[in-house]
Amino acid sequence: MITVKQLKKRFAKLEALKGVDVSFEPGEVTAVLGPNGAGKTTLIKSILGLVRPDSGIITFDGKELNGDYTYRERIGYMPQQARYPENLTVKEILEMIRDLRNYPEVQDEELITMFNLQSEMNKPFKTLSGGNKQKMSAVLAFLFCPDVLFLDEPTAGLDPIASSKLKDKIITEKKKGKTIILTSHIMSEIQELADKVVYLLEGNLHFVTTVDSLLDDTGQPNLERALASKLEGVAA
Amino acid sequence: MSTTKIIKYQLQDVFRSKWVWAYALFFFAVTEALFQFGGDGDRVITSMMNVVLLVIPLISIVLGAMYLYNSREYIELLLCQPVKRSSLFFGLFSGVTVPLSVAFTVGVAVPFLMRGSEIGSILFLVITGILLTVIFVAMAFGLALSFEDRIKGLGIALILWLFFTVIYDGIILLIIYSFSDYPLQQPVIILSMLNPVDLGRILLLLNYDISALMGFTGAVFQRFFGSLAGQSISITAMLLWLAIPFWLGRRAFLRRNF
Repeated sequence: MITVKQLKKRFAKLEALKGVDVSFEPGEVTAVLGPNGAGKTTLIKSILGLVRPDSGIITFDGKELNGDYTYRERIGYMPQQARYPENLTVKEILEMIRDLRNYPEVQDEELITMFNLQSEMNKPFKTLSGGNKQKMSAVLAFLFCPDVLFLDEPTAGLDPIASSKLKDKIITEKKKGKTIILTSHIMSEIQELADKVVYLLEGNLHFVTTVDSLLDDTGQPNLERALASKLEGVAA
Repeated sequence: MSTTKIIKYQLQDVFRSKWVWAYALFFFAVTEALFQFGGDGDRVITSMMNVVLLVIPLISIVLGAMYLYNSREYIELLLCQPVKRSSLFFGLFSGVTVPLSVAFTVGVAVPFLMRGSEIGSILFLVITGILLTVIFVAMAFGLALSFEDRIKGLGIALILWLFFTVIYDGIILLIIYSFSDYPLQQPVIILSMLNPVDLGRILLLLNYDISALMGFTGAVFQRFFGSLAGQSISITAMLLWLAIPFWLGRRAFLRRNF
């Protein structure tokens, strides 16, 4: 679905990506991991078109990205921290994004009911609690049934009930054949959701492997321990 | 297409913020107070001129920069939607300039209209105010896009404001004083073209024909060009002052890594 070839990006002093090759496939949840400053955000932002890479090729569904913005119709993005116009209500913000996307016919409002957001619909965005902002952001990411989902720390700030509902939703969408890209600091969550782990280190691709083989190879009981033993000796 | 959509929601949001209403109320209160203290229409316009030349650049450059710094996450989110970068830039720009201009115009116009003045009498005051708003918001956007650090960006915004409203005139006076033995008309005209606030002042002075208050640059301008040509030249120079920062800001926005 998405392939990245020899992606390089340099910021003033920092070489954020030093030639990364990676691909994201439909029907899979891929976790992008790595220590702070490893280039995770730069990689994701390059695919989303927020960061302009210095060199390298990104293809989306076979087509190379060249500054055209229409491919984003097929992407749902849930940021770590969402901020929308403060004085608009939840309803108005949903309306705004629908309008910007030209009111697609197929819309998935399941998360609105799952999260009981109906009662929040007429509240201005600035009065929402952190958890409700996060829920709204999840609703918007899934609303247009996108082929590709980027979820950046999706469960951070959610209560356990909402968090497990969101995880169920992620698994359902994966089974529908969606390409899902996930970042998280919670290893148990990644073990539960992800099929594949892409590990970045200092701007390079350190390894790509499936969660299952990572557990088998290291013989550790969980992903956190498995990663720790795999990375032993590497300054993390 | 998506530009108008973005502007629509942007305005819907900003017109609900308190600062827009506070800004309108400020201009209403000052104008009303000037009338209360016994001024007639012309004298109120003369006093308002100085308020407009000082306050509008300050508020526009500070609010413009803060607005863009505060919208960073929102900009990221919208850029992940199928939206053109240039549309978003224009939408954000209109989202600040339109509310500020409307608030200023309403605040100033209401006291005049209440006393039966014709709208024509304050037309140039309003035009100058709107031009200054757009110019200083464009500068603010340029600054906010060039400096990641908001403290630095806001600091430079304040310095720019101080430079254009106060320091620049001091420099011109110093030049006039130091080179008083030489013919200075042309250099002074060129110098005043390089400052949008001076241009605004000249525009107002030429129109309301308040020669006593005109100062050196204004007097030179009128003698050199006459009123009509002087006005066209100062408006053209102001439009350049608008176009250049806007274009630079837009270019930075299109190339930027968010």
